[in-house]
Amino acid sequence: MSKKNEQCRQNLKTMMIMREFERVIKDLANEGFVDGAVHCYTGEEACALGVCLNLNDDDYVFSTHRGHGHAIAKGLDLKKIFAELMGKASGVSGGYGGSMHLFDTKLGFMGGNGIVGGGVTVATGTAYASKYLNDGKVTVCFFSEGASNEGWCHEAMNMASLWKLPIIFACENNLFAATTPSYKTLANPDIFERAKAYDMVGVKCDGNDLDECIKVSKKAIDRARRGEGPTLIEFKTYRVEGHCRVIRDLEIFRPKDVVAWWADHDPIKVYSERLVENGVLTKDEIAVIAKEVDAEIKEAIQFGKDAPRPSTEEFLKKISERYAI
Amino acid sequence: MKKLHMLDAINVAIHEEMERDDKVFVIAEDVGEYGGVWNATRGLYEKYGALRSMDTPISEAGFTGLCVGAAMAGLRPVTEIMYMDFITACMDQLVNQAAKADLMSGWQMELPITLRAQYGSGSREAAQHSQSLESWFCSVPGFKVIIPSNAYDAKGLLKSAIRDNTPCIFMENRNLYYDPVEIPDEEYLIPLGKASVKQEGNDLTIVTYGIGVPVCEKAIKKMPDASIELIDLRTIVPLDMETVLNSVKKTGRLLIVHEASAGFSVGSEIIRRVVEQGFDYLDAEPLVYGNLRTAMPFSANLEDSVLITPEGVEEKARYLLTGVC
Ligand SMILES: Cc1ncc(C[n+]2csc(CCOP(=O)(O)OP(=O)(O)O)c2C)c(N)n1
Ligand SMILES: [Mg+2]
Repeated sequence: MSKKNEQCRQNLKTMMIMREFERVIKDLANEGFVDGAVHCYTGEEACALGVCLNLNDDDYVFSTHRGHGHAIAKGLDLKKIFAELMGKASGVSGGYGGSMHLFDTKLGFMGGNGIVGGGVTVATGTAYASKYLNDGKVTVCFFSEGASNEGWCHEAMNMASLWKLPIIFACENNLFAATTPSYKTLANPDIFERAKAYDMVGVKCDGNDLDECIKVSKKAIDRARRGEGPTLIEFKTYRVEGHCRVIRDLEIFRPKDVVAWWADHDPIKVYSERLVENGVLTKDEIAVIAKEVDAEIKEAIQFGKDAPRPSTEEFLKKISERYAI
Repeated sequence: MKKLHMLDAINVAIHEEMERDDKVFVIAEDVGEYGGVWNATRGLYEKYGALRSMDTPISEAGFTGLCVGAAMAGLRPVTEIMYMDFITACMDQLVNQAAKADLMSGWQMELPITLRAQYGSGSREAAQHSQSLESWFCSVPGFKVIIPSNAYDAKGLLKSAIRDNTPCIFMENRNLYYDPVEIPDEEYLIPLGKASVKQEGNDLTIVTYGIGVPVCEKAIKKMPDASIELIDLRTIVPLDMETVLNSVKKTGRLLIVHEASAGFSVGSEIIRRVVEQGFDYLDAEPLVYGNLRTAMPFSANLEDSVLITPEGVEEKARYLLTGVC
């Protein structure tokens, strides 16, 4: 297999891992292995992967409450992600963070966020530091269309453009914020057009087409690395599942034909059909990938289940110092 | 009489107040067409339409600021912060605008705003979804702070808050949402600033509110030998010191229990006042028992080590009653 085809195979596999992750996590939650809030990234896989394929290990990524896919795309250890969601000491955040707070600073993964839009100004800060230190790093800040309506987003984008900071504002417009469809919250449904107001580059991208996601992000990331300033990319995509484990809002605002249209434009479907069409992979070879994915996920789940809980004693000792008054 | 849980009682209270006064309206994230992520505002949209049950973008600063202006113009907004942790996103609008506009204007205006905020800990939702932030609002002059412990009180208190002409912060503990209680069919109000004596006793006063009430009730059940007076404050500002002082005068011993950690807390303030106004009543040092002072960790064993428990209440109570640990 050529290097290029090998990469395509890997890309498909990574998206399939993201998808399978969300499928099994719901079962694990129902079985009591995973606590707390769980927001699934199903259907948005191409956005995170398309961006992160253009990043170096030490580039910064800021994630959201819906961050499992971002973490997998940035190369965080699958086993440790499962362990984190299970509240285990071997988790990426030592069991202190959970689903919404995956961190891995060694890989520039600066955390999910329980506050919608909470990461946007913070990401502007690492970009500022990169300019300051001239370290050549780029910051990517993921957020969705709901977050774009927090004032923070406007403040951050204005500063980033003003100071030509190396940051990509990666807006995954999945058409929903909790139970509310975006047509009820966006005066202009094209978020990328806001960039104009900040004299910043703004582009839209088919967020369900991996090749386009890779291409559009590459251009923006290259620009940022050359010191030419930020870009706002709006990925047009669709939140396939309900908002989270407890809020099941799939019965409302989901016309059948719209759901069917998006199912037909599913990122994994689109990409795998293209690979077959172009002779990169056969259907049988894709079935082999599915088996690999299944095995890797099972192994990672087992790792998470076997891992120990964080030590209560160490925690109590640490907080008595850290939060002393 | 009907058995209702707290969310239903809140829903009925809002319906009744909107029916009664056409200046009352609801505005916040997801509260309209879907009926609120907790379903507390269901049925309003169908009955009163979008202008009176408005879904907003995720713009807490925007819509709470809007509430201040709407109140200045004669409306009576009822707004909602989905998790109290996110109230940070609109602190200027609340602290510098809502709380102060009446005084700054030389009392030319009133600000009849009710802000409902869901909160609580113990549900494995980690650091940004587990905080009890009442003392912030107690410390800023201008707010009333109301925290019901059961569905009956929630209904009567919320109706009073909506009719009150000052900004009211109405905190709802999610762990109390689903306990059914008998609610009369006739309308009733509960005045703000009146505590409720849940149980009379002679040897120890326990003052609490919110989730502290069922926690203390469990503890008291385990001490049938002790004569304990249990006070549910219901309203933190204004604080019903008369009820507290009368009780301490009788018992000579005081324990304050709340979910917020003890340092710089509501409990600290109660002790200040008891020491200033009832020093001679005290036969033992008054104590505050709260969650440990820490940002909330995710993992179950860590979170459990932080939370107040009936066992913890019992231990403190026994110490105060016997003088031994
Ligand atoms: C400041 C703040 N407000 C509200 C919430 C509650 N909340 C959690 S996720 C969510 C919807 C977010 O929508 P969007 O930004 O579009 O992200 P998506 O869920 O689509 O990925 C809301 C309202 C929050 N976490 N933080
Ligand atoms: Mg969204």
